[in-house]
Amino acid sequence: MAVEALAAVGDRLRRLLETVQDVTLFCVQVVRSAFLPPYYKHEIVEQIHFALVGSLFIVMFSSLVAGQALAIQLARELARTGAKSELGHFMVISVVRALGPVLVGIVVASRMSAGVTAELGAMRSSDQIDALVAFGTDPMKRLVAPRMISLWIALPVLTVIGDALGVIGGGFIGVGYHVTLQSYYNGVAKYLTPSNLLVGMIKPVFFAVLITTVATWKGLTSAGGAKGVGVATTESVVISSVGILVTDFICTKMIFRILNW
Amino acid sequence: MIEFRDVAFWIEDHHILKGVSFTVPKGKTQVILGPSGSGKSTILRLLIGLWKPTSGSIRVDGEDITEISSERLREIRKRMGLVFQQGALFDSMTVGENIGYTMLEDKTDEDEIERKVRISLEQVGLDPDLIDRMPDELSGGMQRRVAIARALASRDPDILLYDEPTTGLDPQSAERITDLVMNLRDRTGKTSVMVTHDIADAFKVGDRITVLDQGIVVFEGTPVELAAAQSPFINEFLAPFRKAVARASRGIVGGSLSAGGSA
Repeated sequence: MAVEALAAVGDRLRRLLETVQDVTLFCVQVVRSAFLPPYYKHEIVEQIHFALVGSLFIVMFSSLVAGQALAIQLARELARTGAKSELGHFMVISVVRALGPVLVGIVVASRMSAGVTAELGAMRSSDQIDALVAFGTDPMKRLVAPRMISLWIALPVLTVIGDALGVIGGGFIGVGYHVTLQSYYNGVAKYLTPSNLLVGMIKPVFFAVLITTVATWKGLTSAGGAKGVGVATTESVVISSVGILVTDFICTKMIFRILNW
Repeated sequence: MIEFRDVAFWIEDHHILKGVSFTVPKGKTQVILGPSGSGKSTILRLLIGLWKPTSGSIRVDGEDITEISSERLREIRKRMGLVFQQGALFDSMTVGENIGYTMLEDKTDEDEIERKVRISLEQVGLDPDLIDRMPDELSGGMQRRVAIARALASRDPDILLYDEPTTGLDPQSAERITDLVMNLRDRTGKTSVMVTHDIADAFKVGDRITVLDQGIVVFEGTPVELAAAQSPFINEFLAPFRKAVARASRGIVGGSLSAGGSA
């Protein structure tokens, strides 16, 4: 019985390693597909619209609200230590370097993962993917590459917008804690440096790869009809969201090491 | 010409095909017949290169498609038109975009695409004005005919593949599809492979029939030879069909007697 249990564990481990290998190779194909022709311009434009315009309102709203919530926490503590004039400084560090990219990444990941996985899963279960292959189309080029390219464009743009609204929202909260707009602005301007911006803007590049890989992998490999597509969609959202947090941690560690901070 | 030589195919622990061999001469229609789960659709997927056999070879006009590069396989696929079991129409595209899909891929002139799409719709007995409709606005039978039109319009293929084209359709629609397949066979003379579990369709459409049972070829020959075959599996498989034919024959003879005609 112990041998059987051990064999079962070994089998699960083997399957897990095989999946990790397959997903890693798929990730390489995803990135590669975005750089090689042919380019389906109509699909790319459509996906940019879906990712950027479709996510804009929810990113703006979430970033504004999250920035304000963060500002409440920071303003209170800074006021107690007599350093409330530093609110702008800490909002830039917190939002631009960390909260902004992650929040935008998770919001976009939730939306895109669900949509992409469901769409590709439905295509898989109705043989549309096989039909594309049968008619000589590479599904990586037609279905995956446009989504990769669109996220590489949309995520950094949305991150900038999200960061701006988060910081602006913090300013309004600061006024309620008697932080002058001038001191807030001075703090923001002083610490909105190229290196802080770089830290914040590198992450969306990796988030885009993560979201595209997970969402398209889950959709293209889904099985089991409507239920299978539903399960794949849920897993896609969860894996993407958690993956954003893990990727953020890894990126932060790497960037800090490279910048010698 | 299409040749399957000793093709075996496994998915995980399931042995789907076990040493399948058959030949489809150029210009002929081969029907792959068998009960559900016998491996029929797998044969089409192997032929179009969606899957690769575990062993054996598949030759198209002498070229082994299991040993070629993906670019070369893509070129060979362009010579085939496949009608999927449920049609597999692209649901985000109109009927016209579906039928003209490969022409759009090849950057053909838009007016030329529309002209050819309208001709294709007429060829399958559909109103050309359906060109702007979405697939989900059509009935199952109409969707199947659009799928046939798409396969035909796809770079004028040399080889047509039908995966259970009448499955799931009402008898009237199914008969229309079968008649369309026969019409195309007679008119175009293209090499065709049709997968079906419908025995009547197999006898109507096929120049030759291959019968599969659990991944093994149990018969290969003409419809006449199949009708005369006497193995236990063939007898059991054809029994409902033979009974229906016998009943239909008795009905015709009995009807003419009861109407007052002399025997």
